[in-house]
Amino acid sequence: MRKIKDLKGRDRKIAKLTKSELKIENLRVSAEGKEIIKGISLEVEAGEVHALMGPNGSGKSTLAQALAGHPNLHVSGEVSLGGKVISRLKPEERARAGLFLAFQYPIGTEGVSLFNFLKTARRNQGQDSSPATFLSELKACVSKVGLKESFLKRDVNLDFSGGEKKRSEVLQALVLKPKIAIFDEIDSGLDLDALKLIAKTIRGLAEAGAGVLVITHYQRILNYLAPDFVHVLVDGRIVESGSADLAKRLEERGYQSYR
Amino acid sequence: MKKSFGGLARNYQFGFSDPEKYVFKSEKGLSPKVVEKISALKGEPSWMREFRLRALTVFEEKPRPTWGADLSGINFADIYYYLRPTDRLVGSWDAVPSTIRRTYERLGIPRAERAFLAGVKAQYESEVVYGSLKEALARQGVIFLGMDEALARYPDLVREYFGTVVPPQDNKFAALNSAVWSGGSFVYVPAGVRVALPLQAYFRINARKMGQFERTLIIAEEGSFVHYVEGCTAPVYSVDSLHAAVVEIIVKRGARVRYTTIQNWSRNVYNLVTKRAWVGAEAVMEWVDGNLGSKVTMKYPSVYLMGKGARGEVLSLAYADSGQWLDAGAKAIHAAPYTSSLIISKSVSRGGGRTSYRGLLEIQPGAEGSRSHVRCDALLLDPRSRSDTYPTMRVSERRSSVEHEATVTRVGEEQLFYLRSRGIPENEAISLVVNGFVEPIVKNLPLEYAIELNRLIELEMEGSVG
Repeated sequence: MRKIKDLKGRDRKIAKLTKSELKIENLRVSAEGKEIIKGISLEVEAGEVHALMGPNGSGKSTLAQALAGHPNLHVSGEVSLGGKVISRLKPEERARAGLFLAFQYPIGTEGVSLFNFLKTARRNQGQDSSPATFLSELKACVSKVGLKESFLKRDVNLDFSGGEKKRSEVLQALVLKPKIAIFDEIDSGLDLDALKLIAKTIRGLAEAGAGVLVITHYQRILNYLAPDFVHVLVDGRIVESGSADLAKRLEERGYQSYR
Repeated sequence: MKKSFGGLARNYQFGFSDPEKYVFKSEKGLSPKVVEKISALKGEPSWMREFRLRALTVFEEKPRPTWGADLSGINFADIYYYLRPTDRLVGSWDAVPSTIRRTYERLGIPRAERAFLAGVKAQYESEVVYGSLKEALARQGVIFLGMDEALARYPDLVREYFGTVVPPQDNKFAALNSAVWSGGSFVYVPAGVRVALPLQAYFRINARKMGQFERTLIIAEEGSFVHYVEGCTAPVYSVDSLHAAVVEIIVKRGARVRYTTIQNWSRNVYNLVTKRAWVGAEAVMEWVDGNLGSKVTMKYPSVYLMGKGARGEVLSLAYADSGQWLDAGAKAIHAAPYTSSLIISKSVSRGGGRTSYRGLLEIQPGAEGSRSHVRCDALLLDPRSRSDTYPTMRVSERRSSVEHEATVTRVGEEQLFYLRSRGIPENEAISLVVNGFVEPIVKNLPLEYAIELNRLIELEMEGSVG
């Protein structure tokens, strides 16, 4: 498949009109009166993998939560998904428009199995597949993230290990098939084998047509993910964007040079 | 199904009422004359009339409880203590007077009976108006009758057990019930007989200012099993109604009784119920108690573990919304060695509603090797709501073990954000949290009730979040 980033000029413009994409324009986010994201513009095309890197406290997670519609964040600027403005929608409406956020710290709910949770989420997407179809689809997704079927019966995010939580987040992305998937520090708490598997699965999502934004501190996952673009976020601003090489350079010199 | 009945009981689906039509209505208020009139109308033996009159004296002597929920709103002089809606009890739904039958049809009852019940009693106001029991069970000697009918047909059996587990002196409302009781169920299961399907009773208050005082007595002979289920509803009136029932259960050696309640009274009912089981050696008593409705509920199902190796379980659930105070809990008395009890209490408070867990755990001297586990969890859906825990423990036997856990959880913004980020709307996300929270209780309900309870919770959530 030819990717939009390989297209030039007018072709690229036409393709962009028809493709689903995430478009962030001059986004500012503040929490409790303090501005954390200080004007970000970014576009993620269908099929692309973008990495957003930055030091602790640079605003990476705040950006992710703002995109997903966290009710306590104050946002100005505009975010659109496939041409539809979503920045004033409720979190559930953004999800139904095709946005997915894999949480850095997924939150548990007692008595609600992962299976039930996913079934409820899917029903709200308006995808009414038969229980049998849904189950066989689920089983395929479960093995892709290296989990066992019995995992679906456990209460969502309760008594999950750190690695299981991350795998479960990726599983949810596979099941919900978003247009744009954001992964907030999906690499923390994963051993090397898991990291490779998760990177491969996320790549697969992009190859199936999703736009992907991966937020991370570390170069390591990017070795397996091979992002198309890398952006550096420091103190609420994107200070540099480039290709995968940028991540390698960052690994050597750190974020020090941006301060 | 969703109906609106003004602000008083948002979403309460059973709030419809029928025109009041009675063959007899007692005068308002309470007196020896009223008690004698009730007894005479029922044609009771003299021992029962005297039992009632003694209980009335006890009721008048006992003060209102000053602990627990606020009961100052009950005006005992302004209540009708006895209403006879029809002059006969029938064994076929077709023979039930049509207005009453329609009520039960709206509650889904004849349908449920065909589908999955071994027997049904339906009580409307003071009297049981319909009764049935599967033929095969009757042949095995199972008795399932309205309490009044049982007293008429099996006076000796009733006399042997009536008031032995909950005497009138126990508390003010048990005394009141003993004085003016009417209706309720009588269940007798002979030794070794296992009743596979549940027996069910439906209690419906229709009239204004009505008091319903049913009396239920279950006797499970050695090695027998029975599951009894009760459901309760009432219309929404601006004046309050009173429901003060007494339930006595005798579980003999090696027998097992499960008693399930889905209380969904409208929010103008004071629900003050005394439920107690006497549990013999190696016998098991299980209370599953779901409380959604009422203005005030005070109810503490009890297990008196009297024989070696007896076991008691109380699983209770309380859901309090605006203007409701549900003071519920459990009592376990370990009076014999190697007895065990499990108490799990879950409460949900919302919209300024208030729940309390009130528990008594007593391990008497000599009850060595006894074990008890108490767990009470409260879920608060907003900062205006309230939950309290009042556990009392009296452990007089060193060779025993007691565990008590209590948690209070608030539905967190972050938790809801996580659920919503998957496309689940806020109301549904809250329902999901609540249903997940009550799941350990719900999974003990018969399937049909589990579905109904989850549906009721969802109904309560609708339109609740602005």
